[in-house]
Amino acid sequence: MSELTNLGVKAIRDGVADGSFTAREVAEAFNTAVADAADLNAFIVTTPDHALAAADAADAQRARGEDLGIMGGVPIGMKDLFATKGVQTTAASHILEGFTPEYESTVSQKLWDAGAGMLGKLNLDQFAMGSSNETSYFGNVNSPWRKEGSNAAMSPGGSSGGSSSAVAARIAPAATGTDTGGSIRQPAAFTGICGIKPTYGRCSRWGVVAFASSLDQAGPMARSVEDCAIMLEAMAGFDPKDATSLQMDVPTWEAGLDADLKGKKIGIPKEYRMDGTDEEILKSWEQGKEWLRDAGATIVDVSLPHTKYALPAYYIVAPAEASSNLARYDGVRYGLRDLPDGAGLQDMYAATRAAGFGDEVKRRILIGTYVLSAGFYDAYYTQAQKIRTLVSQDFEQAFAQCDAILAPTTPTASFPLGSLNEDPLTMYLNDVFAVPASLAGLPAMSVPATVNADGLPLGLQIVGKPFDEQGVLNAGLAMQQRSGFDAQPEKWW
Amino acid sequence: MSVTREEVAKIASLARIKMGDAELDTMVPELNNILDWVEQLGEVDCSGVEPMTAVIPNSLRLRDDVVDAIPETAGGRREDVLANAPAAEHGFFGVPKVIE
Repeated sequence: MSELTNLGVKAIRDGVADGSFTAREVAEAFNTAVADAADLNAFIVTTPDHALAAADAADAQRARGEDLGIMGGVPIGMKDLFATKGVQTTAASHILEGFTPEYESTVSQKLWDAGAGMLGKLNLDQFAMGSSNETSYFGNVNSPWRKEGSNAAMSPGGSSGGSSSAVAARIAPAATGTDTGGSIRQPAAFTGICGIKPTYGRCSRWGVVAFASSLDQAGPMARSVEDCAIMLEAMAGFDPKDATSLQMDVPTWEAGLDADLKGKKIGIPKEYRMDGTDEEILKSWEQGKEWLRDAGATIVDVSLPHTKYALPAYYIVAPAEASSNLARYDGVRYGLRDLPDGAGLQDMYAATRAAGFGDEVKRRILIGTYVLSAGFYDAYYTQAQKIRTLVSQDFEQAFAQCDAILAPTTPTASFPLGSLNEDPLTMYLNDVFAVPASLAGLPAMSVPATVNADGLPLGLQIVGKPFDEQGVLNAGLAMQQRSGFDAQPEKWW
Repeated sequence: MSVTREEVAKIASLARIKMGDAELDTMVPELNNILDWVEQLGEVDCSGVEPMTAVIPNSLRLRDDVVDAIPETAGGRREDVLANAPAAEHGFFGVPKVIE
């Protein structure tokens, strides 16, 4: 039944519901595909029994004539940033190795309640800090994609690199991601799949290992816009356990999908035409405009004047919040403890955190500690939060002239693992187009556009008004219908 | 603005991360590269601009004034709370001696 692994969320759900196949057959096919793909290193732990149990429950429900839920019978991958009861949750760190939550994150619980099952916990950049999935304590994730005529291991993007790799390799029909400064959209673009970060507050952060709380948002990653709409519907919703959760009803995004963009205006931000952006990416951006025009939209020029400052502001705000959030890893309550002989409490903290955090995590904690320290707080942190206000106002003004914004997702296609390691800054620049929407809390989606001359996927990004995930999904759908993107990585794993 | 090796050592100590000489040697130039780059934020005239406090306008709500209103975050779960502790003793978190 290997063809079952070619199916996406909607096809699996509908096929299980109409009896074309059983949920158990689907779960078994994906469990086999996961077991066969160890070379990708996409999973930190696999949970075939969880997937089978959920599948059997769906099949039993169907036999009783019950409603299966909007994700009924669909096995998914869960980014290892979501707490899963009884299943190790590490954030790809050594400091949380072996941590087995006594509770379930709101988002994962909602997915199980909607009928989904779990194939396993997906690898990621450590504490979601990274853009290439090279900072995991459990090793790099390999993209299923390779340049034509090369065997070099390519980056699946980050931080949701296990998610993007697994979905692109068709060892999972969909996966959860989280996006703090591009961590859903950039990996989706690198691997030729879709991913949407909803408006800040749509998905509960309860039970998601915190990186930068004012930016962190969960979202789905899948191979089609429809599949993202379905899964986002299952993940979103008010949660009293998250103080920033939006107290709003979840729209029926799947039913609302409509690729007719007549009367819609799509803004093209001139500041996104940056030096160093790949020619082929600029070409795909032009193509995207054509697709949206063909769908009935009007293309208008808009300006986001503070775009250039978004990334440096992000690299103050995010590390500042991270340094505070990661203070909880102290070797006392959970996770690793390193207690040198004769050490006191303070020495234990310092030794535990030295042994438990990777280099990139340490770098960001130090930056964060510095920009929040007495004497530097106003110059760095307050200034960055003011810039964040300006970036947000830029979008407000642009949205007075358009309904959504079209831009590239990334300035380049995927790069070989190890090629950007010597300088952290070069790596940070990969998120230059993704970070502004994060700073403004806006819904944003990456949709595959084409493949470049090397045979690697390129993505296009739609950014929407607050709460207008539907507008983002609809523009994404219009592009998906016109791109006809059906490229697949050739199986080498 | 750039940071000296002593300052980085101080920051690491404030962040409770033990750092050896070799690690400091690589960390100092890396941090300075990043700080040099964020320095450009100083170019922006932010007079009259309020620092952002909430990205999406949202009011803080009050929960019902009921003990243990939300079971998952309520009390009475000592075993769960201690389940992942590296050293749980007598129903408490164990730490090295802090008082002589």
